[in-house]
Amino acid sequence: MNPNYLDFEQPIAELEAKISELRHVNEDTAGLNLSDELEKLQEKSRTLTESIFKDLSAWQISQIARHPQRPYTLDYVKHIFDDFDEIHGDRHFADDQAIVGGLARLDGRPVMVIGHQKGREVKEKVRRNFGMPRPEGYRKALRMMEMAERFKLPVLTFIDTPGAYPGIDAEERGQSEAIAFNLAKMSQLNTPIISTVIGEGGSGGALAIGVCDELLMLQYGTYSVISPEGCASILWKSAERASDAAKAMGITSGRLHELGLVDQVVSEPLGGAHRNPELMAANLKKHLLETLDRLSTLESDELLERRYQRLMSYGVFED
Amino acid sequence: MSNWLEKIVPSLVRSEKKRTNIPEGLWKKCPKCDSILYRPELEKNLNVCPKCDHHMRLNARRRLELFLDEDGRQELAAEVAPVDRLKFRDSKKYKDRLSAAQKQTGEKDALIAMRGNLQGLPVVAVAFEFNFMGGSMGAVVGERFVRAARVALEERIPLICFAASGGARMQEALISLMQMAKTSAALEKLKQAGIPYISVLTDPVYGGVSASLAMLGDLNVAEPNALIGFAGPRVIEQTVREKLPEGFQRSEFLLEHGQVDMIISRNDLPTRLADILRKLTHQAADVAAQSADQATDQSQSEAVDADKE
Repeated sequence: MNPNYLDFEQPIAELEAKISELRHVNEDTAGLNLSDELEKLQEKSRTLTESIFKDLSAWQISQIARHPQRPYTLDYVKHIFDDFDEIHGDRHFADDQAIVGGLARLDGRPVMVIGHQKGREVKEKVRRNFGMPRPEGYRKALRMMEMAERFKLPVLTFIDTPGAYPGIDAEERGQSEAIAFNLAKMSQLNTPIISTVIGEGGSGGALAIGVCDELLMLQYGTYSVISPEGCASILWKSAERASDAAKAMGITSGRLHELGLVDQVVSEPLGGAHRNPELMAANLKKHLLETLDRLSTLESDELLERRYQRLMSYGVFED
Repeated sequence: MSNWLEKIVPSLVRSEKKRTNIPEGLWKKCPKCDSILYRPELEKNLNVCPKCDHHMRLNARRRLELFLDEDGRQELAAEVAPVDRLKFRDSKKYKDRLSAAQKQTGEKDALIAMRGNLQGLPVVAVAFEFNFMGGSMGAVVGERFVRAARVALEERIPLICFAASGGARMQEALISLMQMAKTSAALEKLKQAGIPYISVLTDPVYGGVSASLAMLGDLNVAEPNALIGFAGPRVIEQTVREKLPEGFQRSEFLLEHGQVDMIISRNDLPTRLADILRKLTHQAADVAAQSADQATDQSQSEAVDADKE
């Protein structure tokens, strides 16, 4: 098993292993030319990937959304923005590193960038608490948003969290209140807000930086009210049924776009964002610029009224 | 227990309960102190154990009927009813779960909204029905809540919410998550307009309801000993692999950690909240008593008004 590939990608992994073996042979053996053969195999790998990725289940997509090599917020900051100045701390308790943010430029325009941040190596994962913020993280995010409002900077948020941290300390410091307060404040924040689900959109912990004028979602991101495992263990009484739960909840970009809950789906490179982060970032940047241009034409009253009506429109019921 | 009487009395009461000719449900055991309570008496005491003051759950409609004055109560947004947009199915169909809950509770969904008077003060009050799928918030709860908030905003009268909920409704998936943003946005409008919103947290309040409308009160008031939190105790225990502290996530714990403003017993809620709301809306103390005076001696008050002019 190749750990860089997910279960359902193993046929691709095997083929890629063959290709790299053949390449070594080709390079090491003088007088041998296997480039035709290599090209053929690479083409085969591409069609195999296409065919596997054409028809992914919701559960497979949620594994891609959580892929350890998937680009995180700071990767997009690096590829999309210039001159990033990170801002730290909630000015009350601590600097929660599960949320990062700061001032940056998007094609020359000053903006405020805020996002969940997971860690890459074990040490960083722990430091970032696996991307699960505590109340001070949400309060730091709000502080940055209010600063953006004061200085008329658009806010771009990047969502990628398993959820808000379920810990004793988080409860003591008011996890619920921190999330609720952000939801309320963001609904009236007087500056454009664009949110993008880049990986996992884990429930209230995601939404707490996700109230926006336009919601973008990467093709293989997920967004849901509870993790598939959590849902399965409650409704099916077994976490093993996570794939059923993922399907039933409709957590994928396509389904959520269909339901009118997501405004734009940003397509990913073949095999997922992690196979080509630069290309992914370039594509996302295009979407962000187009959206920001469009939102920037709105007067602030219009913008807030539009956001409010959008929020009020959520929900399907009989009337 | 040293007293022989104390020793035998509870057992006598218990053995009485076991006698078969007592109508089903006439007695209820207090889950906290194990006292056997006579149900009509318990209901008269608003489902609060008269022995140990344990606050048991109270259904939404009855809660609002007890809280608001008898005259002038009017249900709001009753026409809003649930739809299974996702065709959600776990071990049961969501549609079937809905009908079962509707049959069991006699309600269409988990939130009841009413306009009425609280000791003479016009208010809008909403209450979660915990027996309806754990008081979970889906599209109907969200919509009824914002319609109630809209009435409060238009008429410029206070909004009071009695929360009792396990959180967002999983069967409505992301639609239910968005209700957190929707209800919070409606409350922000009230806040900007200077309309008081009091959130009363009753046992239990968790997840998406706790992390939205329930924590956004100008005042967050809790009933005694209610369980209130973001994540459930089991999830926390599994995550931190530690024993949870004594009294964790109880009202008293939240008060100590600065998360709620006050704890008020159910019996005192109408009077205390009316009193607070009169202060927040700059009304004289005890309007109810005054208007009663006016009713009995109208000519005199008219004379006073005439003097003022």
